[in-house]
Amino acid sequence: MTLAQTHAPARPRIGSGAFEPKALVTSLPDAMRKLDPRVMWRNPVMFVVLIGSALTTAAAIVEPSVFAWSVTVWLWLTAVFANLAEAVAEGRGRAQAATLRATRRDTMARLLGGDGAEAVVPATDLTVGDLVVCEAGDVIPGDGDVIEGVASVDESAITGESAPVIRESGGDRSAVTGGTKVLSDRIVVQVTAAPGHTFIDRMIALVEGASRQKTPNEVALNILLASLTIVFLLVVMTLSPLAAYSGTTTSVIVLVALLVCLIPTTIGALLSAIGIAGMDRLVQRNVLAMSGRAVEAAGDVSTLLLDKTGTITLGNRQAVELLPAPGVGIEEVADAAQLSSLADETPEGRSIVVLCKERHGLRAREEGVLRDAAWVPFTAQTRMSGVDVDGRTVRKGAAGAVFAYVAAAGGQTPPAVAAAVDAISAAGGTPLVVADGPRILGVIHLKDVVKEGIRERFDELRRMGIRTVMITGDNPMTARAIAEEAGVDDFLAEATPEDKMALIKREQEGGRLVAMTGDGTNDAPALAQADVGVAMNTGTSAAKEAGNMVDLDSNPTKLIDIVEIGKQLLITRGSLTTFSVANDIAKYFAIIPALFVVAYPGLDTLNVMRLSSPNSAILSAVIFNALVIVALIPLALRGVRYRPASASRLLSRNLLVYGLGGVLVPFAGIKLIDLVVSQIPGMG
Amino acid sequence: MDSTLAAVLSVVVLLGALALAYRPLGDYMARVLESPRHGRVERMVYRVVGVDPAADQRWSVYLRSVLAFSAVSIVALFALLRLQAYLPYSLGHEGMPPWQALNTAVSFVTNTNWQSYSGEAALGYTAQAAGLAVQNFLSAAVGIAVAVALVRGFARTHTDRLGNFWVDLVRITLRILLPLAFVFAIVLLVGGVVQNLAGDTTITTLAGGPQTLTGGPVASQEAIKELGTNGGGFYNANSAHPFENPTALTNLLEIFLILLIPVSLTRTFGRLVGDLRQGYALLAVMASLWGTITALMVWAEVSHAGPALQLAGAAMEGKEVRFGVPMSAVFASATTGTSTGAVDSMHSSYTAYGGGLAIVNMVLGEVAPGGVGAGLYGILIASIVAVFIAGLMVGRTPEYLGKKIGAREMKLVSLYVLATPAVLLIGLGIAMATEAGRSSILNPGPHGLSEVLYAFASAANNNGSAFAGLNANTDFYNIGLAIAMLLGRFLPICFVVALAGSIAAQGRAPATEGTLPTHRPLFVVLVAGVILVVAGLTFVPALALGPIAEALP
Repeated sequence: MTLAQTHAPARPRIGSGAFEPKALVTSLPDAMRKLDPRVMWRNPVMFVVLIGSALTTAAAIVEPSVFAWSVTVWLWLTAVFANLAEAVAEGRGRAQAATLRATRRDTMARLLGGDGAEAVVPATDLTVGDLVVCEAGDVIPGDGDVIEGVASVDESAITGESAPVIRESGGDRSAVTGGTKVLSDRIVVQVTAAPGHTFIDRMIALVEGASRQKTPNEVALNILLASLTIVFLLVVMTLSPLAAYSGTTTSVIVLVALLVCLIPTTIGALLSAIGIAGMDRLVQRNVLAMSGRAVEAAGDVSTLLLDKTGTITLGNRQAVELLPAPGVGIEEVADAAQLSSLADETPEGRSIVVLCKERHGLRAREEGVLRDAAWVPFTAQTRMSGVDVDGRTVRKGAAGAVFAYVAAAGGQTPPAVAAAVDAISAAGGTPLVVADGPRILGVIHLKDVVKEGIRERFDELRRMGIRTVMITGDNPMTARAIAEEAGVDDFLAEATPEDKMALIKREQEGGRLVAMTGDGTNDAPALAQADVGVAMNTGTSAAKEAGNMVDLDSNPTKLIDIVEIGKQLLITRGSLTTFSVANDIAKYFAIIPALFVVAYPGLDTLNVMRLSSPNSAILSAVIFNALVIVALIPLALRGVRYRPASASRLLSRNLLVYGLGGVLVPFAGIKLIDLVVSQIPGMG
Repeated sequence: MDSTLAAVLSVVVLLGALALAYRPLGDYMARVLESPRHGRVERMVYRVVGVDPAADQRWSVYLRSVLAFSAVSIVALFALLRLQAYLPYSLGHEGMPPWQALNTAVSFVTNTNWQSYSGEAALGYTAQAAGLAVQNFLSAAVGIAVAVALVRGFARTHTDRLGNFWVDLVRITLRILLPLAFVFAIVLLVGGVVQNLAGDTTITTLAGGPQTLTGGPVASQEAIKELGTNGGGFYNANSAHPFENPTALTNLLEIFLILLIPVSLTRTFGRLVGDLRQGYALLAVMASLWGTITALMVWAEVSHAGPALQLAGAAMEGKEVRFGVPMSAVFASATTGTSTGAVDSMHSSYTAYGGGLAIVNMVLGEVAPGGVGAGLYGILIASIVAVFIAGLMVGRTPEYLGKKIGAREMKLVSLYVLATPAVLLIGLGIAMATEAGRSSILNPGPHGLSEVLYAFASAANNNGSAFAGLNANTDFYNIGLAIAMLLGRFLPICFVVALAGSIAAQGRAPATEGTLPTHRPLFVVLVAGVILVVAGLTFVPALALGPIAEALP
């Protein structure tokens, strides 16, 4: 099983990313509304199309013909299709927003006065700093921090996760989100966000695209597209006198058709849909990006700081091996290890039971089966746990503690056992010793288990040019062992927040972009300093404020997905730009001979597609130009397929598909459309 | 010797000589530009002019210096041309008419060297040597200086300083152009180019008629004319004139000189940014584009399609017998590919395809290999456009040589890309729409359109060569082309220097596996593709109505 499969459970809250053709129809009214010039002005390429459509309409009214009206209709359709792309992308966001909005009911808040008296006020009247009381069954009226009490809270409204979470005052689990529901106990919450600016409000604004601003790269691309549009505008404008000199006239309709075919309408139409869909893909993975800028930056990240626990290793240490003492059988060790762990509810204890069962065939014994067993729980003082049963005193615990226990019982520590203990420590593991009275039976090897497939994932990242750094509180020896096993490029052991911060700054000074995850308040400065800071939703509000993304699933591994989504967004933009510009070559071969074949019959040689007539050639190019927008909407929304690979390989692949494809596809497309169009009376 | 074999050998010698000179000259130029020491003469110049050579300039100051210097140059040259009657060695020539003088002054200061006058019939030695030849040095030095400023933008980090224009100008002139021009002037002299102050000599030809031969300081002007990709001939016939270019050997040498600096500057670039492979990649783009076009042009001229030419047996009209068809075509491709504009044959007489390819060479934006300096900054801009699109396709926000190409950079690059085609197309459009523009056309039909297209392509791209036939000495063309030359030169320079300032201020992102490599063959193909597609899409309609329509009757 790959990691990608392990952490992207389908959640009912967020609509799936699949593109539904039905959306094209349902979004049509929105697309028509967007024909407003005041809206289209923001997209210079499509604005030119709009003006052109208006011009041809006027020309078609003055001198009506089948050709004139056909071109006019398809030019209008080009503009509508462009708006359709955006409308479909926004429509998906709106569906998500509606679900979110349902959670933001008109909540009443129990405002706590200075004198301890409660007043019921609408949640919308709360201001930052207010104290509100929430008890079991109450919906938390706004974002805030728990300052008193502890409660279990149902956060499924925002995370989709049905299991309740604990929120308590102080520490890193104090943040609560408006719209979530208290399931038990009573807490006092200090409001930290004014109404209208809460987390859910921001989520709604984000998925709706209401607060969408063009990202830096989008702005840069728009500039390039605008300048290409101006070049083509000049080309078409100067064509008139050139044609007149050459003894042929060019109508307004033909000039506008040529212009619309040449300017990069494909990418111009899809650009904003690509951006919205990119944010959307993050939302589908339960990640909220607070700005599109952060998503773009994710594609550029060259250093990933990953917390060891939960990201690289499974949450806890696990028993992986039993090492019997000299003269002791493995079955006896397994038996004692299992016996001593039955009452141990820690993950480590459970993993020992599992190991004994899977590796040594011991079935679990219910506590009730062992009558008269006296369970000895683990305490910080004894650092051991175990059981007294049938005259046996089985103990399991930290090596030092068990050695002392055995010595007290008159036993001795075999040198082989001491050696095994040291070896396990040196390898970064944790040794537990099992004893029965004065006899040492053996050693249990506990170690951090590196997640399956993570090494391959890091290899992929390395091929993408991304360095991974593991952050851990472990000592350097343990850290090194895990780092080697997981295949990370570097590690930071015994890491303090200051160390993290220093590491980030060091990387950034070298011009690298750093991404990290964090949840605690002490992570906040580092999250703010990192170029991409992903705060866990379980974290403090300080951490969430500092980061530029929030992961609702609180799954640190997702950082890798975020990087890939960022890259995919940029690749989609670049590929469709290339495709759009490459299309022009075929369009010239269609239109140039059509325009001038009367003046210079020799130019018919350039009519390589053998289009049936000048009029049908021009109309076919216009139709192709419009249809290709619709055809590419699904790709724009889904994003270009992305497989981690080096830049060179990505480039050759995408150039081949979208560059060469962009040159060839329109030749076939225009020819096919011409075969149909030439059948129209008055066109052939 | 068989003429084909001679041409092949000539090309082999040409490429060999360029390859030999590439490293030492490229490295030498890099050393000159980055050297901390000032020569004695240089220090004297700085004292006289009143510049502090240690003052590193911001981009805005650097740009102001470029523009101010060029403005003063135009005014001075204009005055010199107007007042030449009062100067020594005027050979009795009157001052140039005002619009023509303006056109000529702009032409030489912008490194275009468009000539709407006839050298031997209009100018005396002082105007030629102290006016035009001086600008041949200085305008070339300005081009290189601007390119160097951009290269420094890539080479430096976290700074707002791009170097000192005056230091660059003086060093490029004194340490690079002057020594090279001196040496090659002597070589040309040995090869038979004239160098005297003899004025006119009247001889009796074999046919018995009198002929006036004008001598002059030709060799000294010829060397820098080619080296600095200037192209303004001492004589009207330019390098087709036997006093400028007497033999096949000097012809080959002149082609070599035209290509020498533009090509070697890619090495300088690689040196200055600390990665020679980057320079080789740009060289590969230049070489593949120029090589392809040159091969096509030679093929077009040698195969001389068309009934008249087939009947004649060769496309010899407008070409010199002593150079032959292939080497005339190579010269034509070199001079149009480098924004030089010197000619050893009449481009207007080329076959439709051959003439069209000369226009293509210019409208590519003079990047293959382009004028001195201008070629380098032109191809760097093309690389940035390529990087911008390709960078996205590898999933990164685009960067070139570790510098991010953001909105500000893209704005300047877009303006650069827009400037020259806009000037060209608007000029062409106005000329074809007005009687003033059309009345200068000599040939009817598509060839006439080619004449005007060629003129504006040549002016806007600062080439300077002409499709003979068009009568360019009218107020319309003197003024119109002067405007085209000015805008075609200085608009791009403004954007380039501003861009240099913008990228110099950035840090440098380290190259990783995820970075788009900009030295591999794939990138070379990509840059060449971007150059061809952008120029193609912009100029196909005009080319279709000109050379293509002529070629496909």
